[in-house]
Amino acid sequence: MADERTIRALEEKVAELRRLVEEEGVDLQEELALLEERLQKLQREYYQSLSDWDRVRLARHPERPRGLKLVSQVCDAFYELRGDRMGGDDLALRGGLARLGGQPVGVLFHHRGSTPEEQRACRSGMALPCGYRKAVRIMRVVERLRLPLLTFIDTPGAYPGVQAEEENIAGAIADCIATMLELAVPTVAVILGEGGSGGAIALAAADRVLMLENATYTVISPEGAAAILWKDAAAAPQAAQALGLSAPRLLELGVADEVIPEPLGGAHVDPEGTAQAVREAVLRHLGELQQLPLDERLKLRYSRYRNAGNLGTKAKTG
Amino acid sequence: MPIRKDSKDRYVEVELRRGEEPLWMRCGACGELVFRRRLRENNYICPRCGAYFFLTAQERIAALVDPDTFQELTLPLESDDPLKFSDRKPYADRLREARESTELSDAVVVGRGKIGGHEVVLAVMDFRFIGGSMGVVVGEQLAHAMEQAAEARIPFVLVVASGGARVQEGVLSLLQMAKTVAARGRLARAGVPYIAVLTYPSTGGVMASIASLADVTLAEQGALIGFAGPRVIQQTTGERLPPGFQRARYALEHGLVDGVVSREGLREELIQVLDVLSGVPHGG
Ligand SMILES: [Zn+2]
Repeated sequence: MADERTIRALEEKVAELRRLVEEEGVDLQEELALLEERLQKLQREYYQSLSDWDRVRLARHPERPRGLKLVSQVCDAFYELRGDRMGGDDLALRGGLARLGGQPVGVLFHHRGSTPEEQRACRSGMALPCGYRKAVRIMRVVERLRLPLLTFIDTPGAYPGVQAEEENIAGAIADCIATMLELAVPTVAVILGEGGSGGAIALAAADRVLMLENATYTVISPEGAAAILWKDAAAAPQAAQALGLSAPRLLELGVADEVIPEPLGGAHVDPEGTAQAVREAVLRHLGELQQLPLDERLKLRYSRYRNAGNLGTKAKTG
Repeated sequence: MPIRKDSKDRYVEVELRRGEEPLWMRCGACGELVFRRRLRENNYICPRCGAYFFLTAQERIAALVDPDTFQELTLPLESDDPLKFSDRKPYADRLREARESTELSDAVVVGRGKIGGHEVVLAVMDFRFIGGSMGVVVGEQLAHAMEQAAEARIPFVLVVASGGARVQEGVLSLLQMAKTVAARGRLARAGVPYIAVLTYPSTGGVMASIASLADVTLAEQGALIGFAGPRVIQQTTGERLPPGFQRARYALEHGLVDGVVSREGLREELIQVLDVLSGVPHGG
């Protein structure tokens, strides 16, 4: 059975062999071809049978394409807007104006940072009340200018801190959901990495919700669920499975509209290809939405959320 | 104003009351054994130390509405356990036990009644039912309640007692945040007043959606109001929590609610609000 360590070891061996062949002209072509074939077979086996916990780890992979860099690759131009105009700005939830496929759009996205300093500055993508207030402000701007809104979600959750509570993080998230639900413009949300609870749905109440193949979307982190329900932090992998947080499962449940495939091994193997795939999917859904008359689009959005989860109810038995 | 911690700022967690009601109940704050009838007559407030016991939805409704005016509108729905969720115990078993011990179909009771002569649609959450958590049934009941209020053009009153979204229904619970907010949008467009009463606890996904969007927001004394739980905050940030953190008075001082009300005064306070708003929505 394929496992991550065997694959890593084989990858290293292949790289070394290739270097020998290409740089030093050693005649090992046949061995290289054999090894490469074996590696691909193992990768296919492994990545086609990923557990939900494997996906959680891929969604959190340190090299996963995300944040400002990915959004800049998906869009043709990005001009950042800063500040909530009420005394704050947040580096964990960012946004602004961009161009995509020749048209102007509004974008909002979580930013987790790549260097340790940057990660500290944006709390690894856990947004503050001022971040959600800025998001509401930017939603108003794009609605005024009649631009479609794209959101890119990748957050462990909203920031759990004393000051965030005092500044009404709950109300800021609620306002974000309420504003997004009522926007007159088309909205497309893409869950790129972690879609962590309230902090994620604040940007996900969209006309269309797309997920990268190894992205997750969940009411609580698997670790949180493990601690509360299993009373055992080590149960996180079981919790991940039970929570139904994977993109394929959420497609089945009708929560996601499309799963955007990732290369074998995960999005970090090919960041540019990932950006292209996201761009293509977003443009396609945006195109469909822009064909719809305003009332119909709003009616569809309302009924999508008004009926959300009804498949999980049944007539009372007792 | 400094925040004092006193017994009135405490809620007492009582065991789920099931089967035959015990004659005596022990106050979790001061340890006093209180005769149950005395406790009921005292609005489930400990006569010795003033701590609040949890109220069931039925007790809360009885304490708020004019006698004999409540007409239940709770839809005959229950959870179908959409994820077939199981942790150390199957969710289906937890649901069955909660239904049996509370005699409720899920964590909210909805109905129409009068408060001080004012017609309202009232939704009251019940903490005994899996922590008052909001899953697909609670979300549907709340959305339905708001639609009833919008249609009848009478104010909507929500009494919150919920730890947040229901973990066992996964993202479908998370989506109830959007669902209830969508329904509240319709209520708002109809110009129908929405009054929220936050009790212990009003936290997590419920607070980050429907419970934060009222026109008038009251907190019952001692209520716990916030998004993240104290333990999560400490674990993630290592911050020390200030005294009275996330309690009703703390919420008032940080601008999160319009008023803090004692349990005995809650009905009168609601009547005051409804009096001021009589004639709203216009033409209603
Ligand atoms: Zn007592």
